[in-house]
Amino acid sequence: MNEGFIRKTLENGLLVSLKEIRTAPIASAWMWYRVGSRNEIPGITGASHWVEHMQFKGTAAYPNGVLDRAISRLGGYWNAMTHLDWTTYFSTMPAEHIDLILKLEADRLHGSLFTEEHVASERTVIISERQGHENNPGFLLGEAVQAAAFRVHSYHHHVIGDMTDLERLTREDLYYHYQTHYQPGNAVLAVAGAFEPESMLEKIEELFGRIPGHELPVFSGREEPLRVGEYRIEMEGPGDSTFIDLVYPAPRGADEDFFPYLVLDSLLTGASNLNLFGGGISNKTSRLYQALVEREIAVSVSGGIQVTIDPFLYQISITIHPGRKVSEAVQALEEEVERLKSEPPPDTELERAVKQARALFAYGSESISFQAFWLGFAEMFDTYDWFETYLDRLAAVTPEDVQRVAQEYLVRQQRVLGVFRPYDREAAHG
Amino acid sequence: MAEPANNLSVFPGPEDVLRRELPNGIVVLARANLFSPSVAVSGYLPAGSIFDRDEKLGTADFTASCLKRGTRTRSFQQIHQQLESIGAGLGFSGGTHSAEFTGRSLAEDLPMLLSLLADTLRFPVFPARQVERHRASVLTSLDFQWQDSQDRAGMAFDELVYPAHPYGRPDEGYRDTVKRIRRRDLLQFHRKHYGPKGMVISIIGGIDPEKAVSLVEAALGEWRNPQQAAPPDLPEWQPLRQREDRRIPMEGKSQADLVIGTAGPPRSSDDFIPAAVGNQILGNFGMMGRLGEKLREEAGLAYYVYSGLGTSVGPGAWFAAAGVAPKDVDQAIEIILSEIQRFVTEPVSFEELADVQANLIGSQPLHLESNLGVASLLLHLERHQLGLDYMQGYADLINSVTPEMILSSASHYLQVDRLAVVAAGRLEQDSPREEGGGD
Repeated sequence: MNEGFIRKTLENGLLVSLKEIRTAPIASAWMWYRVGSRNEIPGITGASHWVEHMQFKGTAAYPNGVLDRAISRLGGYWNAMTHLDWTTYFSTMPAEHIDLILKLEADRLHGSLFTEEHVASERTVIISERQGHENNPGFLLGEAVQAAAFRVHSYHHHVIGDMTDLERLTREDLYYHYQTHYQPGNAVLAVAGAFEPESMLEKIEELFGRIPGHELPVFSGREEPLRVGEYRIEMEGPGDSTFIDLVYPAPRGADEDFFPYLVLDSLLTGASNLNLFGGGISNKTSRLYQALVEREIAVSVSGGIQVTIDPFLYQISITIHPGRKVSEAVQALEEEVERLKSEPPPDTELERAVKQARALFAYGSESISFQAFWLGFAEMFDTYDWFETYLDRLAAVTPEDVQRVAQEYLVRQQRVLGVFRPYDREAAHG
Repeated sequence: MAEPANNLSVFPGPEDVLRRELPNGIVVLARANLFSPSVAVSGYLPAGSIFDRDEKLGTADFTASCLKRGTRTRSFQQIHQQLESIGAGLGFSGGTHSAEFTGRSLAEDLPMLLSLLADTLRFPVFPARQVERHRASVLTSLDFQWQDSQDRAGMAFDELVYPAHPYGRPDEGYRDTVKRIRRRDLLQFHRKHYGPKGMVISIIGGIDPEKAVSLVEAALGEWRNPQQAAPPDLPEWQPLRQREDRRIPMEGKSQADLVIGTAGPPRSSDDFIPAAVGNQILGNFGMMGRLGEKLREEAGLAYYVYSGLGTSVGPGAWFAAAGVAPKDVDQAIEIILSEIQRFVTEPVSFEELADVQANLIGSQPLHLESNLGVASLLLHLERHQLGLDYMQGYADLINSVTPEMILSSASHYLQVDRLAVVAAGRLEQDSPREEGGGD
């Protein structure tokens, strides 16, 4: 194994991944749990995200508000994210203070309080969060398209949850969800930064090693069946611009097709940044930009895939040029998809995709938080080896691989086309 | 088990930042980050919307955004082919005082990035077809903004707080003004306002600083523009005489966004640092300061609430913002106003102040993790003439702030009966409706 890197599973099942990096006197700790909206059924949608909120509401040892203040005082920041497959709690601190976060993570792995009072106040906060999303028509269309793309699989609902569930979920529902999924064997602790890995491991074993594990939850999700034909969603609302949200099936992150698919995405809509850090690269030379924006059928196009446990989606968003039609955009898109299916792309396009990926990784690698993120994130859908071999596997993709993946996944019958149209072009403004 | 933090070498300073003024006036700031395989390039030049006439508001932004649409020797396609084939990025945007640019590339590709930067800054031709394409994109983006309740609240706030002042106008213009902009306006704006005088460029990353300076000199050292106009003075800002309310009902929304505040001190004012420290207490520290405590933690009314203080040459906005359910709008406004009232009448506690001082000082290394973070800091120091040794004295500066200084600054700028109070989005049926102006 690399020097300064430790990956070890403790007896209770907690996977610990540590990386020594001394580019700055800071350290970043990420506590990952294998629970997200994928693990929810109708009636408890939004529970994983709500539990994430409750994890900031205190334990017996660290009452609500105490840590917030302590971490901020030490110059650190902390936050959390809930996604389809996972929930993660992260903090970046001056390195000598990272122990505080480790103590907290050990404590709230099993000791969060979930008081009725806090559940009640977070209910309105989360409803407000959902209402904020609903103010954006792009969210509403995206939610409807995702729901149509997954009729059976639990990727059906958005991470935030359905309003009806947010109104009725109880403290018991949330606490049960927490106790079921928050266990050492269902978690990964990733820490990167200016520390000595062996002594960091000792510290972590001392803090986490005695936390007992229970039987791990079994994922009872259902596989999404193939559709017999394309689904279309038409949505209307105020505004002046028409936009579409088109999704095709995509492979899971650990699938061997994932890497050719990344190249396909790069060719069609520009390189996706799989990191949470550092933004992307413009896509003006991508095939769909050329076909749609350069021909003035659209004013913008973007697309991307996500790394997930189960097969998710390749999402393409297009804002239609005023005076042009949705059907023209869809036709232009289909022509490009057909071209990719019928002709293997030239090597130069693949080389560009690889160089772009290398640059995006170089930008992200400036940040210790980025390094710690990947230590844990890769374990959610595969292992850390996925990250370490990422660039090599991307470079090994052939034009024929890309063509095959296009033929297999970019299938009209399996896509969902969502369209948002303004219902009143006159009333908005002059 | 860990390295000590706040090691001064973390902070850029005179000993490791190379500052060189080229004969044509361009100031270059460069610092090596030998751990990084990439470089960040960012900078500005005084070609902002402050020069825009009202009827063609958006010209400065339009000009900046169209620099990459084609030059004398490179087409739109060629520019983007060069950038994207090496995974590099280069973007321009228009602010009120300046046009700004940000780029990045692998360190080995810096010469090409600088060559593109120089070409697009000096020799844009604004091809007619590309100008129209860009106009369609701007108009669509303005449509989306018009449907965005946070943007609408922010725009109405600026109009109320800064009437007849450049800070009251959106840099990107309005639909009508953008439609009036002609290609010749872009050419003229470029001719009169783009030049080396007042331009600053900062380069951070895996490159020797002397080498970075010589690359900038090679790319931009020859640039001269005798026609380049000096920026006009900002008009004096007039404080509000009374509280100004505006409610903007919007269709198809689930909640309302609030913006409440007025103008704060300019960055150069002695009041700025006390105001900035105080603002952390009001609506930033921990989970969004006192406002977060009252509105989110205690009342459960909002997912987001915070306060902001603009860092500007002139008096930037000092405001609180929140998103709340329609039925809670009035209660949320009341809570925010009562917190502002407390903030301007009672000194903050020593404990609150100590918390915020420790946070501001301790968190500095985190902000300087990325090349772009350091580049932005150096531009900030240059723009506001704070000196390259600013970070070395930063802890003392922050620790010198007292509760009395915060109170004095806050009470001078934030008077509760002279604030703008804006709500945009879904509002209760019986709310007083007063559709805002705009374009």
